[in-house]
Amino acid sequence: MMLNIVPGIEVKPEKKISGLSRGARILRGLSLYVPATIMALMFITAIFADLAWIGLPDVGLSPYDPNAQVLKERRLPPAFMEGGKSEYLLGTDNLGRDVLSRVIYGARISLSVSLLVILITASIGTILGMTAGYLGGRIEGFIMRVVDVALSFPGLILALLLASIIGPGYLTVVIALSALGWAGYARLTRGETLRIRASDFVAQARVNGASTLRIMFRHVFPNILNSLIVIMTLAVGMMILAESALSYLGIGISAPTASWGSMVADGRNDLDRAWWISAFPGIAIGLVVMSGNFLGDWIRDKMDPRLRQL
Amino acid sequence: MSKILLQVEDLCTSFFTRAGEFKAVDGISFNVHEGETFGLVGESACGKTVTGLSILRLLPEPAGRIVGGKVILDGTNLMDLSKKEMRTYRGKMISMILQDPMTSLNPVYTVGNQISESVRLHQGLRDEMVEDEVISALRLLRIPAPEMRIRDYPFQMSGGMRQRVVGSIAMSCRPRLLIADEPTTALDATIQAQYIALFKDIQKQTDVAIIFITHDFGVVANICHRVAVMYAGKIIETAATSTIFKAPKHPYTSALIHSVPRLDQKDERLYSIEGQPPSLLNLPPGCRFAPRCPEVQDICQKEQPPTVEISDGHSVSCWKVK
Repeated sequence: MMLNIVPGIEVKPEKKISGLSRGARILRGLSLYVPATIMALMFITAIFADLAWIGLPDVGLSPYDPNAQVLKERRLPPAFMEGGKSEYLLGTDNLGRDVLSRVIYGARISLSVSLLVILITASIGTILGMTAGYLGGRIEGFIMRVVDVALSFPGLILALLLASIIGPGYLTVVIALSALGWAGYARLTRGETLRIRASDFVAQARVNGASTLRIMFRHVFPNILNSLIVIMTLAVGMMILAESALSYLGIGISAPTASWGSMVADGRNDLDRAWWISAFPGIAIGLVVMSGNFLGDWIRDKMDPRLRQL
Repeated sequence: MSKILLQVEDLCTSFFTRAGEFKAVDGISFNVHEGETFGLVGESACGKTVTGLSILRLLPEPAGRIVGGKVILDGTNLMDLSKKEMRTYRGKMISMILQDPMTSLNPVYTVGNQISESVRLHQGLRDEMVEDEVISALRLLRIPAPEMRIRDYPFQMSGGMRQRVVGSIAMSCRPRLLIADEPTTALDATIQAQYIALFKDIQKQTDVAIIFITHDFGVVANICHRVAVMYAGKIIETAATSTIFKAPKHPYTSALIHSVPRLDQKDERLYSIEGQPPSLLNLPPGCRFAPRCPEVQDICQKEQPPTVEISDGHSVSCWKVK
């Protein structure tokens, strides 16, 4: 493209428009592609652990049945270590189960629990928080008092209560984590809504004849989305950890089923002689949490038009 | 003179707070004709903006409330409309440009997107036609290369440009009445002059009536056909702009005009009005300007002066002219 600002003089545009140096751009690229790849791989592993969902239970990424025990081959170290066997890439646990298979199957539980809980809590919290912040008055007073109660209620006790009523399991974990988790989102979105509501462009929208609902969805929501996404991505890690804690206490996913949290818990007694039982699910948790945070930052930058051009 | 478009009759707006009732606008009446620019002048907190918001029925609830009076636009009393009906008037029949247009644009949408919002809301056009409307709205405000500009975000534009975009949004549905609330205050002098010229031009093209809220008599002289001077929630003098400047009758009006620096007169010191406007919470029983008035009489302290029309279109509320 030629820019003819002064007639007769051709100005060639600079090749590199972006103001960043080469190294900085490579780093920026890495901070997107590496976590995006990790995240994608985690989800692919979770989905393709086996193909039972299209009627092929024997085909899949997982080398073994995660619950199959071979008691003769307990606590085998990973294949790359002395004494390890090449059949068990990441070793075996205290019951002779393949750690790799369990990490792969554990991804299903850990990722789906955290995603489900985040979706539920963020939706409920955002709707309530925006309503409170925008409408104000008694509605706000009521919603925010409920939020205060939810935030001050000990989550563990609620989880124990739920487990004793409906029994431990996947659903119990999701309900227990969602029941109180929405309050944080409600508080955040209320504050943000208050800030946006006071801005001139909301006033201008009212002047132009937009309805309350329209202002909330078109003008308020997109402007609080940035903070919301950051909190949601941070929550990925927190939810995986919370699920682990509940499973550890026996409220969550019950014994043979693998989840990253319960695997870390299972290996705690063998940490001195068989660290790999806890370490590999731990690494998986760490990778997902970190990738989530990096991706969150990237999405936030992309969503803000002021940062988009950098 | 052309037809009356807007009639404000005895409009009263109050803010109810814990401290009591603030009578922000206390029984004002004025008319705006078609194709006319009507100035609303006064110092800060005299009720100019509240008047504008009251016409649109957009007071900050629940504290602000219109206590009485009529606002008649083209035969319809806006106070009788339902909330939904009122919404269809906003932006379509009456537009308003807010005090700080620099922040009146939503940072997350492109300029074109924001102008089209108003067009879609009120005109129900199909997508292809919306873009034409948006471009023509930008062209009306003389924004260069509107086809390119519609894809820009507000932060990519200069202050003056953003202001024009706000103007385009206000004019996008070709309203009958435009309320401009100090639209030039945030601009520097050159851009201000351009913007005012633009307003005049738009008025010529679209015959829109403008209520121009300002505290700047220089701007008034430039654009307004008629002016109402407000003080502490009341209109104290209404007249044609030339009359106001040549023969102001109310002591406050002449004091205001004298406190504007002028190039053609060599005064030693600029005139200033002693004291401060009264608190809207407990207003004096008589004339509100009495405590600061240089020509105060006994009766001014006791009774409110009536509004008297001293010549055609020139009315004053002062005991002096009675």
